[in-house]
Amino acid sequence: MSQELFTNLAIFVLSLLVGFEVMSKIPATLQTPMMSGANAIHGVVVVGAFVIAAEANSALFYVLAFLGAFFAAVNVAGGYTVTDRMLGMFDRKPAAKKGEAEQK
Amino acid sequence: MSALQTVSALIYLVSAVCYVLGVHLMRSPKTARRGNGLSAVGMFLAVITIIVTIVVEGKIDAIGWIVLLLGLALGILYGVVKARKVPMTDVPQLVSLFNAVGGGAAATIGIFDYLLKGDGANLSVAFSLPVLLDVIIGGITFSGSLIATGKLSGHVSGKPISFPGARLLNIVVVLAILVSAYLMIGLPTNVWYVTLALAMSLVFGLLMTLPIGGADMPVVVSLLNAFTGLAVAFAGFVINNQVLIIAGALVGAAGTILTLQMADAMNRSVANILAGGFGTGDSDGGVAAADVPVDVKETSADDIGLQLAYAHSVMIVPGYGLAAAQAQHEVAELAKVLTDQGIVVNYAIHPVAGRMPGHMNVLLADVNVPYDQMKQLDDANPLFESTDVSLVIGANDVTNPLARESGNAISGMPILDVDKSKSVVVIKRSMSTGYAGVQNPLFAMDNTQMFFSDAKKGLQEIVAATKQYLA
Repeated sequence: MSQELFTNLAIFVLSLLVGFEVMSKIPATLQTPMMSGANAIHGVVVVGAFVIAAEANSALFYVLAFLGAFFAAVNVAGGYTVTDRMLGMFDRKPAAKKGEAEQK
Repeated sequence: MSALQTVSALIYLVSAVCYVLGVHLMRSPKTARRGNGLSAVGMFLAVITIIVTIVVEGKIDAIGWIVLLLGLALGILYGVVKARKVPMTDVPQLVSLFNAVGGGAAATIGIFDYLLKGDGANLSVAFSLPVLLDVIIGGITFSGSLIATGKLSGHVSGKPISFPGARLLNIVVVLAILVSAYLMIGLPTNVWYVTLALAMSLVFGLLMTLPIGGADMPVVVSLLNAFTGLAVAFAGFVINNQVLIIAGALVGAAGTILTLQMADAMNRSVANILAGGFGTGDSDGGVAAADVPVDVKETSADDIGLQLAYAHSVMIVPGYGLAAAQAQHEVAELAKVLTDQGIVVNYAIHPVAGRMPGHMNVLLADVNVPYDQMKQLDDANPLFESTDVSLVIGANDVTNPLARESGNAISGMPILDVDKSKSVVVIKRSMSTGYAGVQNPLFAMDNTQMFFSDAKKGLQEIVAATKQYLA
């Protein structure tokens, strides 16, 4: 096994453990936003889209690079936007209530 | 390591730390939004780093830039517009769609690097195995998540779809995936090998998702989300990029735990859900006529309006039917009409009410329901005894008193004690059962009245009737 593969494998396994550990009991209220937030994080695949676009050199590869960039961009941009919108709703309530109280 | 490599590796590390801390912060409602923001900062750092890297390395040609920027621009535009415009009821299918394209992107990277080695090149297992896993898992999540999106949005029937020979076809597809695995790992590269692997994994994604009912889709979406994380991690092995490996593995593991918790909240096991053919969620009439409670009392919008107008305290119990009919505006309007007259209104929210765990809170928050009116299970149950009218809207299993007894599909599931209130009004389209397929004796109780209607239309009529009595 090469040094590079071993390093990557170690990183992979340890990151899995971190993932298991960081995700303790989530209140049901937050499960949907959490799923959406995790979905946004795997949008990091967009970095890979840059990497392959840099190596593309024929029609087939350009098509694949385009597809990769498009798919990954939808994932990352849409993922963060919709998660933020959802969580914004949890945020808004205290502020809105304060506003009402002031009006009265 | 060159200076550029060192700096970029360090920034990727910072970016990975942002994801971990972001997920950590997202566990509590107070810090959740900041957590998502922190994870977005990490993403921004990673993207800046890769831009600088490919500019400095200078390998990318003009067409490469064009396809890259065009793809990114269109993707960002599509993703952001969709995410901004989506009504909150449709969030689950959008998350599933974003998950599908994430899997698609990961598979694309694997295919690209496999083909880039050239036809007939000999590959090391260290390279070809991650490619294979990336393509197969990415392909499964791509087609599987698209079907899940279709089921949640109604473009594909929410009913479990099965056909004769499905089991045999499954076996054939799994064998074909194994064959493609042998071809890709053991033999020199060939474009057809990877095509076979991709095609078979796409078919497998379809076969896996089609037999599962619409009501179970949220758990499936969460599971596929975890799969995509793994596909992205394997893409990281393929292009030797650690930030992909870390973030992908993080999502793979965290997503798996989340899936188990969601299934647990819905009182189902993941294995049971994947076996399919059980819950349809939208089951509409014609189900198990044998032991349907016969002595139900039907009522009218007018009568419900009268009851509400003379009540002191009202408990609204929203369920899947309310989310499916998108009736959250109507329910908020009704609550406002009542509270304006000094009637106490609360919402009893079961953890799994709506389309997915926590979804009902998001829906009600979206229509400005005050946070202190939303009572979670443990806070809501003591209130039922002093409630005059409980208004059950499109909810079924979560109110079923049979859960307190043993020997049925919902035994032991925590329920809302709706039957303890003085009067119960159930708005429901028909007498059909909920996803668990269990009849609900609540409907036949002396203090229960049924109002057969679509949640949205029924509530509009009730609002009109209530206003008339309050005027």
